[in-house]
Amino acid sequence: MDATSRLCMRTEMELERSCPVLREYGSEQSLLSRPDGSSTFVQGDTSILAGVYGPAEVKVSKEIYDRATVEVLIQPKMGLPSVRERAREQCVRETCEAALLLTLHPRSSLTVILQVVHDDGSLLSCCLNAACMALMDAGLPMSRLFCSVTCAISKEGQIITDPTARQEKESRALLTFAIDSNERNVLMSSTTGSFSVQELQQCIAISQKASEQIFQFYRDSVKRRYSKMQ
Amino acid sequence: MDSSVHTSLLERIGDVVLPGDLLFSFSPPEAGDANPKADRLICGPGLRRSGAEIRVCRAGVLKHKQPNMYWVNCQQRRYVPAKGESVIGIVTAKSGDVFKVDVGGSEQASLSYLAFEGATKRNRPNVQVGDLVFGQFTIANKDMEPELVCIDSCGRANGMGVFGGDGLLFKVSLGLVRRLLAPQSDLVSDLEKMFPCEMVVGMNGRVWVKARTVQHTLILSNLLEACENMSTAQRHTLFRRVADGGI
Repeated sequence: MDATSRLCMRTEMELERSCPVLREYGSEQSLLSRPDGSSTFVQGDTSILAGVYGPAEVKVSKEIYDRATVEVLIQPKMGLPSVRERAREQCVRETCEAALLLTLHPRSSLTVILQVVHDDGSLLSCCLNAACMALMDAGLPMSRLFCSVTCAISKEGQIITDPTARQEKESRALLTFAIDSNERNVLMSSTTGSFSVQELQQCIAISQKASEQIFQFYRDSVKRRYSKMQ
Repeated sequence: MDSSVHTSLLERIGDVVLPGDLLFSFSPPEAGDANPKADRLICGPGLRRSGAEIRVCRAGVLKHKQPNMYWVNCQQRRYVPAKGESVIGIVTAKSGDVFKVDVGGSEQASLSYLAFEGATKRNRPNVQVGDLVFGQFTIANKDMEPELVCIDSCGRANGMGVFGGDGLLFKVSLGLVRRLLAPQSDLVSDLEKMFPCEMVVGMNGRVWVKARTVQHTLILSNLLEACENMSTAQRHTLFRRVADGGI
């Protein structure tokens, strides 16, 4: 209902090496009137608008008798969706299926539509965070929340959290993780480039630490929203 | 399980909870429990039992009703049919002896022609496609098609049936519907003080209003939609301005 934003002071936090640095991020819920749930999520200059419809009617060909069918569509800012968007859609869909309680609504469909408003790096992370906020806004039953953090490994081996598009281009590996809220497990990972096992473990640890901030941000957003309801 | 469970839960009443939050975990009751009913806990909507744990599955505010009912109040727009709830439906199809009614859920409800007051094989109700019906769910679970009736268990209509000439049907959120239907709600009484009106509120978020003139009907519907995001003081201020003719 209201826009909220959290600033990470980059210079001060960089002094503490153990604390991962995320760009400024914000979110707003219930801003579209037609979807059952909607949200926008902004990380730095990357912005995603998400809408959730459902549980709604499902075609017989897509029907599953004991679970709901989840469909995810990612619309890029320019052009038509291509194979890259299809791969991202699969990551988002499987993460949502892991978090939602689909057995409560069998033979129905849930549709998540993600519109890319601007892409300045960490696009898949922003998509997952926007989808999670939209599912919460729609009031769908979920067993846990999830959030996503992207790490880039530069050519010198330095790990950058929440990279910008320029940092992504200059890096030699890019890793995106979806973390769940109960035990901070990794629900989904998507990687490009080459990296070692130690670097992967470091990135997972850094992502789990950064996810604490995002889960606290979720909680603060929902608190602020429900404090206005009488 | 003992009363300390309720004590720890009551401390969190009014808190905002998120999916995945653990409310508490309990050990199974021992065989020698003297008063098992006092230890019983009812999970309302938004809570879920997972083995020995009670977890939240919707984001919202935790609520409590004496003696042992807990639920999560959450803002929602999509309706999921539940047994015993009264809804406003739109007749979409008529196939033989059964009408198909759109209630805003994931599939349409069915309504038999014998589910009206005084209906028999020879005395059929006059229901056309596009009519509005106010009915109650008798069957509404996730594995079966929901079924509506327009009579209560004694066979009386009790306000249910086909309705809707000369009114306006619009959609509001489910949270506002629950506030309208609350017994101590002053929203409806404030509205009725301004204009005499007829109002049907369905738990699926549909509201039908009818007032003396079309202008009054439109004012009522706009006021109802606006009340969703207002506090009580703001609402009283707006109602006073409308009553004075300032808007």
